[in-house]
Amino acid sequence: MNNSMQLQFKSVSTNEGFARVAVAAFVSQIDPTMDEITEIKTVVSEAVTNAIIHGYEEDPNQTVYIECEINDNQLSIVIEDHGVGIDNIDLAKEPLYTSKPELERSGMGFTIMENFMNKVDIHSIKGKGTTVRMVKDFQKSKSYCN
Amino acid sequence: MQLATQFIALENVLVVRLEGELDHHSAAHLKMEWQEQMQKNNSKHVVLNLENLQFMDSSGLGVVLGRYKEVQQIGGEMVVCSISNAVKRLFDLSGLFKIVRLEENEAFALLTLGVAS
Repeated sequence: MNNSMQLQFKSVSTNEGFARVAVAAFVSQIDPTMDEITEIKTVVSEAVTNAIIHGYEEDPNQTVYIECEINDNQLSIVIEDHGVGIDNIDLAKEPLYTSKPELERSGMGFTIMENFMNKVDIHSIKGKGTTVRMVKDFQKSKSYCN
Repeated sequence: MQLATQFIALENVLVVRLEGELDHHSAAHLKMEWQEQMQKNNSKHVVLNLENLQFMDSSGLGVVLGRYKEVQQIGGEMVVCSISNAVKRLFDLSGLFKIVRLEENEAFALLTLGVAS
């Protein structure tokens, strides 16, 4: 199966729930397991939250972009902001590291993305924005009768 | 879906029951309510019941970690109970079980803190 979709929405926190439900609904056509749905919802929530809090520093008048593509049993998700960019990507990826400790962040966002997806690439340019590209392979066939 | 909260004070324990979705959007309000309830009831320990929590991400971990630090400062303990496999995975990944005790259900968690429910 080949399919794709694009979403864009305002950088407000209510849209975190919207984004993860929308992507989960799109992914449902490849018949994922409940665990796989939870993983997808969680990584979308992490990346969109990062875009809103870090990329746009909670400016509600910006736009977050999502692109999803299904190729056979592989899903790729690209989540993009045109915000401030990440200073040091290696540091940002470290478990428990957060650039905003005053906001009570756990610093686990990228660690969760890397654990729940097969591949995570982060591209960021200071002052231009950040793009997170994630890939996940789904089980090919699920047999319910043996 | 939004987050619904229920707070019950039993002796020096605050029971916090969460229902719905805990993300960055719901985290700030939860933090405020939780802190208010701790103060109002003069609670020392927390039992966090996640039986009806449908979704949580790293923003939720941040709130739990923040309240843990406050409870620890007053010599209290935080116990979490009735968690789903998905939430358990997040706790495992972040090492939260090293500081927050996990119990099977609310009644048992309360019992371990000396409260018979």
